Amino acid sequence: MSLRRPSKEQPEHFEFNLISLEAAKKIVANYPKGKQQSAVMSLLYIAQRQNDNWIPLAAMKYIAKFLDMPYIKVYEVATFYTMYNLSPVGNFFIQVCTTTPCMIRGAYDLVEACKEKISKNENELSKNKKCSWTEVECLGACVNAPMMQINDDYYEDLDKEKTLKILDKVLSGEKPKPGSYRGRVNNEPENNRKTLMDLKNA
Amino acid sequence: MFRLKVNNIDIEIDEGLTVLQACEKAGVEIPRFCYHEKLSIAGNCRMCLVEMEKSPKPIASCAMPAIDGMVIKTNTPLVEKARKGVMEFLLANHPLDCPVCDQGGECDLQDQSMFYGVDKSRYKENKRAVSEKNMGPLIKTQMTRCIHCTRCIRFATEIAGVPELGAIGRGEDMQITTYLEKSMQSELSANVIDLCPVGALTSKPYVFEARPWELKKTETIDVMDAVGSNIRVDTYGWEVKRILPRINEDINEEWISDKTRYACDGLLKQRLDTPYIKYAGKFEKASWKEVFNIINVKIKSTNSSKICGFTGDLTNMETLYMFKEFFNKTLNSKNIEFRNNHSYINPENRENYIFNSSINGIEESDFILLIGSNPRYEATILNARIRKSYLKNRMKIFSLNDIGDLTYPYENLDGRTNTIKAIVENQHDLSKIIKSSKKPLIIIGQSALSSKSGKYIFESIKSFLKQNEKISMDWSSLNIMSEHSSTVGSLDLGVFNTIDGSNETLKNLEDHKYEIVYLLGQDSLKFKKENEFIIYQGSHGDKGAEIADIILPGSSYTEQDGYYTNLEGKLQKAYKATYPPGEAKEDWQILNELADTINHRKLFKDKDELLSSMLNYLKLFKENTSNKKSSNVNDLNFISEDIEINNTDYYYSNVIARSSKTMLNCRNEKLNFLKTGTES
Repeated sequence: MSLRRPSKEQPEHFEFNLISLEAAKKIVANYPKGKQQSAVMSLLYIAQRQNDNWIPLAAMKYIAKFLDMPYIKVYEVATFYTMYNLSPVGNFFIQVCTTTPCMIRGAYDLVEACKEKISKNENELSKNKKCSWTEVECLGACVNAPMMQINDDYYEDLDKEKTLKILDKVLSGEKPKPGSYRGRVNNEPENNRKTLMDLKNA
Repeated sequence: MFRLKVNNIDIEIDEGLTVLQACEKAGVEIPRFCYHEKLSIAGNCRMCLVEMEKSPKPIASCAMPAIDGMVIKTNTPLVEKARKGVMEFLLANHPLDCPVCDQGGECDLQDQSMFYGVDKSRYKENKRAVSEKNMGPLIKTQMTRCIHCTRCIRFATEIAGVPELGAIGRGEDMQITTYLEKSMQSELSANVIDLCPVGALTSKPYVFEARPWELKKTETIDVMDAVGSNIRVDTYGWEVKRILPRINEDINEEWISDKTRYACDGLLKQRLDTPYIKYAGKFEKASWKEVFNIINVKIKSTNSSKICGFTGDLTNMETLYMFKEFFNKTLNSKNIEFRNNHSYINPENRENYIFNSSINGIEESDFILLIGSNPRYEATILNARIRKSYLKNRMKIFSLNDIGDLTYPYENLDGRTNTIKAIVENQHDLSKIIKSSKKPLIIIGQSALSSKSGKYIFESIKSFLKQNEKISMDWSSLNIMSEHSSTVGSLDLGVFNTIDGSNETLKNLEDHKYEIVYLLGQDSLKFKKENEFIIYQGSHGDKGAEIADIILPGSSYTEQDGYYTNLEGKLQKAYKATYPPGEAKEDWQILNELADTINHRKLFKDKDELLSSMLNYLKLFKENTSNKKSSNVNDLNFISEDIEINNTDYYYSNVIARSSKTMLNCRNEKLNFLKTGTES
C-alpha cells in the first residue's frame, strides 16, 4: 500500500443532490451544534456514493464548506481511510480480501484471476472501462474465505475458476448472484446445520 | 501543590503540569521532538519516555499529567533502552545526509542521536522516500527527513491561525503537506522552520549559505514594524546571512514575522556606499568633504525658516535626537517632522500615542474594538497575540471596517465615522458593551488617525473612555497602533513641529515653502519636487534617494547601535552586528561631522555623550509628562465620512523590504494567490 493521490482528472464542480443533501443534514443533526465536523466521514461516504464510487477534490471542498472546516482536514481524512476512492473506479468495483485467513485459503488465485480478466495492475479500469479491482484488508467474512466484494455484495467461498466466471459476467454488464459459491447459506456448514435445529431464524 | 519525586529529588509543583514539566523543574533534561511549550501536546514522537513507579511500561512524560506522589525515574537502564529504541525507529527512515543538510549543526535529531542513540542501525530495508512539497518561497522542504512530529501542523493551526498544513496518508506513508501544495498564506509561516526539529523544513533563501558555527551572532531588535521583536542577527563577514527570533515573553514570545526574518537580503542590495551629487540630472560619486561643503554653502545662503527635515520609519533614537539637536542648534530651525502623512498626534501626554494595555495585557482583555487598523499587516506579532487571547478568552472582537481574514473571527461595523459618534454618544450597542467590560481594548490605527476625522476619532474616544473610567492606573483601554519602529521614539524625543496635532511641516512642504529639504531615511513622502534642494541621508537607494540632489550614505539597523521604543513604549537597544558598506557612516556621525563643517563645532564629543544626553532628555520628558493632566480638546469638528484602511503592502513596507528579493517573491506569490484564489 502506498499513499493514494487524488486523480489527475477532476470534475470542476460537485454538489450534493437532493437525496444526498437530506441524508447529510440528517447526519449533521446527530451532533451537537459547533461539533458538525464529526460528520465528515459520513459525508465523504455519501459523496462517494453519489459520485460513481469515488471522491473528487471538488467534493472535499464542498464538504469542507458544508461543515465549516479547513480543506486540509477533509483531505487528511479522505487520504487516511482506504475505503474512500480518490480516483475513478469501474461501475463494478471489485475488492479482493488478501488478509491472512483469505490468503491461506487461496486469495492470490482470485487476484490472479482479476489480473487476467480486468487489468494488470490494481486500481486500473478494464478495457471496456466497466470494472476495476483492488486488494483490500479484512472484510470480515473469514469463515467463507476466500472472498471478494463487488460494489455492495459479498462473493464467498471462491476459487480461481469461479472467480473467472463471475468476472466474465461482470465484464458483460450483468450482476452475478451474491453469496457463497459452494452452496452454503450464510456461514452454515456445507451439509446443513448440526446445531440449534429447533430455532427457525438462527 | 503536588509533591513528586524525580530521580530521588523531591519537588513541589503546581497542579496541571505534565510529568515532563515537573522533570524540567527538577532540573532533569528530557529529550523530545514533538513536544513544544507553546503548542498543544501531540505525544507522537515517544522520545520523552520515562519510568514511573507502579507502571509496567515506560510512559510518555509530555502527555502524562503529573499528580501527587508520583515517583519518576529518568536515569534507569529501562529509560536508556527505551530512548535507544525510539531513536533507532526514528532513524530507520531518516536519511543520513547530514553533510548536505542545512539543519546540520543545529539539528535536534543529530544532537539527541549523539547523546541518547546508538551508533548503528539494525534496519536493513530500503528507506522511505518522499517527494518534496511546495510550501511557498520561504520554506524549502526535504520531506524524506521528516519524522512526523506534527509541530508545523500544530503551529499553523494554533498560532498562525491558517489551518493549511496537514498530514495526509497513514502509517509509513504519512506525509506533511499544505493543501494541494499551495504556499502557506501566513505572515508567520517561516516559524515552522525553527520549529522543525530535523531538516525537513529549512529556509529557502538561506539554502546552503553557511553553517551555524561559522556565523557571528548578535542579539538585537527588529525594526520592520513597531512591535520591536527580539531577534538574533547572524552574520558571515559583512553579510547578514539570516535573522532568527529570540525569546521575549513580553513581546514576541518565540515568533517573528516573515518580513522580520527575510527582509535581511535587502541589506545587501541597492545600498548607498558613497556620497553622490546630482549634476544635470545624473548622480556622480563624490567625497564626504565635497558634499559637506556643498551643503554648508547651501545652508549658509538659505534662511533657516526655509529649511525642513523629515525623519524616516527605521531611524533609531540616537539619530533622531541628533537630528533634532542639529536642526535646533546648528541650523536654528524647528521644521522637523517624523510623520509622512497628515495623521493626527496629541504629544501632550505619553498615553496618547502608545499601546497602553501593553502586548501582554491583550491576554487579559475581554473586548476588542479595532478602529482603522489591520493588525495582521501592521503588527503581525501583536495580531498573533490577539489570536492567542481569543483562543483563551473567546472575547468579542469588533472592527470598524471589514479588513479580511485576521485569523480570528470578528464582527465588522459599517466603517463610517457616524458609528464612532454613536458609540461615544452612548447611542450604539457597543457603548454599553464597552462600559460593562472590565478590560476593554480600543485599538486606534493609523488609517483612522490619518483620515480627516483623525482628531475627532482620537479625542472623542479618549474622552469617552475617560468618562467611563476605562483609563486608570491599572488598566488603560486607549491603544494606538503605531506602524513604524521609529514612531514612538520620535514622539518621545519631540521630532515634530505642531500646535494642534496636524502636520504643518508637510503642509508647508506641499505648498513648496521650503528651499532645502533634509530627508533622513524618509522614503515615503508623497510630494512633487519643484525647486527644493533635497539632501537624502539613508542606507538604500529608494524613492528618497531618487529625488535627492545630494546623497549621504548612512547605515541600516544592523550596522549601528541604536535605541528603539516599541509601540507599547518599551525602550530597547539594537546592537551593531556588522558595519556600513563602502564609505557609508553611522547616521549620528554624519550629522555630527556636518555640524562641524557648518559651525566648526561638533554637537557631541562621542557617542557616549550623545547617548547620555538623549537618555537624560527621555528621563526628564517622562517625569514631566507622567503627572501632567491632559487638557480637554474642545473644538472637535465632526465629519461624516468612510474610514478607509490604507492597505499596507505588507512585503513592501520599507526600504529594506523593497530591496529584498525574497520579499518580492513573497509579494508576487501573494498577488498570484489573490488573483487565482483558493478555488482554482
